Amino acid sequence: MTVVLDDVDIERTLQEKIAEVAASGGQVEIVGSGSKRFYGESLEAMPLDVSAHCGIIDYDPAELVITLRAGCKLAQVETLLAERRQMFGFEPPRFGEGATIGGMVATGLAGPRRAFAGSIRDFVLGVKLLDGRGQVLQFGGRVIKNVAGFDVSRLMVGALGTLGIILEVSIRVVPQPETEVTLAYEHVSVDEHIRWVNCLGSEPYPISASLWHDGRSLLRLSGSEQGVREASAQLGGEEIEWDWSEANEQRLDFFGRSEPLSRVSLPPTTPDLFPGKSQLIEWGGAQRWLFGEADIGAVRDEVAGAGGSVCAFRHHAPDVPRFHPLAPAMLTLQRNIKASFDPVGIFNPGKLYAGL
Amino acid sequence: MSELRRQQLAVRFREFLPEDNVIDQRTSLATYECDGLSAYREQPLLVLLPEDTAQVRQVMRLCRELRLPVVGRGAGTSLSGGALPHADGVVLSLAKMNRILEVDELARTAVVEPGVRNLAISEAVVAKGLYYAPDPSSQIACSIGGNVAENAGGVHCLKYGLTLHNILALKVVGADGEMFEIDQRSLHTDGYDLMPLLIGSEGMLGIVVEVTVKLLPIPRCARVVMGVFDSVEKAGDSVAAIIAEGIIPAGIEMMDNPAIRAAEDFVHANYPIEAEAILICELDGTEQEVSAQIERVERVLRAGGAIETRLAKDEAERLLFWSGRKAAFPAVGRISPDYYCIDGTIPRKSLAAVLAEVRRLSEQYGLPVANVFHAGDGNLHPLILYDANIEGELERTEELGSKILKLCIHHGGTITGEHGVGIEKLGEMCVQFSDAERNQFHALRECFDPLKILNPGKAIPTLARCAEHNAMHVRGGELPFPELERF
Repeated sequence: MTVVLDDVDIERTLQEKIAEVAASGGQVEIVGSGSKRFYGESLEAMPLDVSAHCGIIDYDPAELVITLRAGCKLAQVETLLAERRQMFGFEPPRFGEGATIGGMVATGLAGPRRAFAGSIRDFVLGVKLLDGRGQVLQFGGRVIKNVAGFDVSRLMVGALGTLGIILEVSIRVVPQPETEVTLAYEHVSVDEHIRWVNCLGSEPYPISASLWHDGRSLLRLSGSEQGVREASAQLGGEEIEWDWSEANEQRLDFFGRSEPLSRVSLPPTTPDLFPGKSQLIEWGGAQRWLFGEADIGAVRDEVAGAGGSVCAFRHHAPDVPRFHPLAPAMLTLQRNIKASFDPVGIFNPGKLYAGL
Repeated sequence: MSELRRQQLAVRFREFLPEDNVIDQRTSLATYECDGLSAYREQPLLVLLPEDTAQVRQVMRLCRELRLPVVGRGAGTSLSGGALPHADGVVLSLAKMNRILEVDELARTAVVEPGVRNLAISEAVVAKGLYYAPDPSSQIACSIGGNVAENAGGVHCLKYGLTLHNILALKVVGADGEMFEIDQRSLHTDGYDLMPLLIGSEGMLGIVVEVTVKLLPIPRCARVVMGVFDSVEKAGDSVAAIIAEGIIPAGIEMMDNPAIRAAEDFVHANYPIEAEAILICELDGTEQEVSAQIERVERVLRAGGAIETRLAKDEAERLLFWSGRKAAFPAVGRISPDYYCIDGTIPRKSLAAVLAEVRRLSEQYGLPVANVFHAGDGNLHPLILYDANIEGELERTEELGSKILKLCIHHGGTITGEHGVGIEKLGEMCVQFSDAERNQFHALRECFDPLKILNPGKAIPTLARCAEHNAMHVRGGELPFPELERF
């Protein structure tokens, strides 16, 4: 059975709409399914639904590249890829069944595989973009190696739609691993977990995910039958059934509370900064979810000192800045970049920071 | 007059740089007048060799004050003229900033200065069982700063990525002399991700003064299989078939008959000189994993019509198989007075069509072409054989090269996979990008460098230049300027 995606091109309509908004001095909030709308600052602009713009432009599994309109449903695309035993290497979370490709790229959120396979940015090869002047621009392409012009397509990843509407995107895909195994280890401290996972990184083990929570350390191995079997025999631990999407989609009990949830990003080998606090640690130590710290300012100071940053991910007070503050010169540079794409500030104004 | 200006400027820079680190003598300046693309030459006013970040900042501040163009230079191995000097500017060489500052074994990172050679990083960490993955063919000489400026690739990109995928942090001195940092050691970015903008920006957005690279564990085992084919099409299809099997080779390279012959003549790798194409496919991983995969690859190659498959029986033979491919450029250099290397990328499925058209063009121009191909990632390097001493032959070679690049665009590819635009491919940039897209590049550049003193005249052509280029290259009966929207 083959998945069939809708094929609807509303590029012209969107272009006219943006020209109209630009002329009238308006602003829009770009909305797909709304599954990740919580991410970033809240907006007061007029919602502009772009989810109808969908369809596959090109997919030839042997090229390892798929080109899609941004309104395509992530779930459908992943099913389609799976039919050809391929997948997105960055394991994107959906946070809702309607999640779109555009939202995936704009938020740049990646899953457990991120630390071992790369980010969405690493896999994006090209975009077609509608800018704030109503122009359709194309950057990058559909080939893996491409150094013609500045790499604008990857700049769109994580820009939260503030630079324009992503119309199409070309993304590199990877083969599905032949097999996967999850190993569990009990009574492990945060520091032991971090040290151990990073030590393992110096050996060519096929590790594709790691997680620590509540004294339990998990590792996922993915790869060829032989490679995984060999590694699993060497690493010991208890082989368990574990659904990694539970952590990726934040459906674990840990995420069920409605207290402030912070995403702490740190150089992975940083020792435990929050001993005794409620944490869930992914990405070999680079991504640490922290519950219940309402005083995010203090957390930010401490984390910044260690070379990291903190995002107020969910349930924080409305006046808490969502993203880690930028240094003034960097903020100015980024405002100028925003203005170069969107001179009058139409798209998602203030979604990332004031002025961008 | 210009000599006077040169001496006056030298005095200003010597206020903070050691005497010998300001090169102002014509004979010494000649060393810097070109990079790896030696057909283009220009003498700069001065060459400056700062020894640390503070000196780089002073250089940039003075250059800004004097509105002096600054061309950054690493080892000068660019194949696109990215480090070609500006006649009225300075060359800022990072060659003296060549220290490895820190290796963090647990985090598998190294912090290095921009002048450190690519291969020197791997050499410094080999005892720890680690290496730096991107391996451009110039890796013995090229610097990491230059790799960042060009987003250098190499033979192992398909599996291990480009420079972009192997850099965790950059410290950059901007055009205003101020320093900024892009730190992604935490695998996260706050605000816009400037890393992909900086990497591959050809020295136009800032001067990189410190690079944090990712190190990988050296694979336990690497083995190579060679497939011999009587047509390039079968070889190309076999690459697709290997990937359809779900195998990502560490490297997969293709050579056509002229390239095979030249290489065999040079290094005696025991290549089959009658073959129309060979594929060299390397797999890495653990012993068992590689054994299992290499069998599958051999099966795919035979099913794809390989006349013969050869498995390197030991490490010596593996290196021998590679030696011909790695020596392909100098090998071609031996059979022709000059050669011109093209760097287009195409979707792999277009390979047969593109190679057929390249052959037709080669005959039409009377210039032989040998092809080597990073088959896994679609990066094609046709080498045009010519003789610069024959009047007009360089011009015809460039014209042929330009046609090949346009062919790559036509097939949905790009004009440069890993060598950069530099001074060389400005004309083709006018074809690949629209005015609006190029304007966006210019606008981005001005965000970083409002006075446009960093590597001016490279990478992104001006509107005027493109109007001129496109006017000269009217396609099949179309009116001139069909897509130009201005005046």
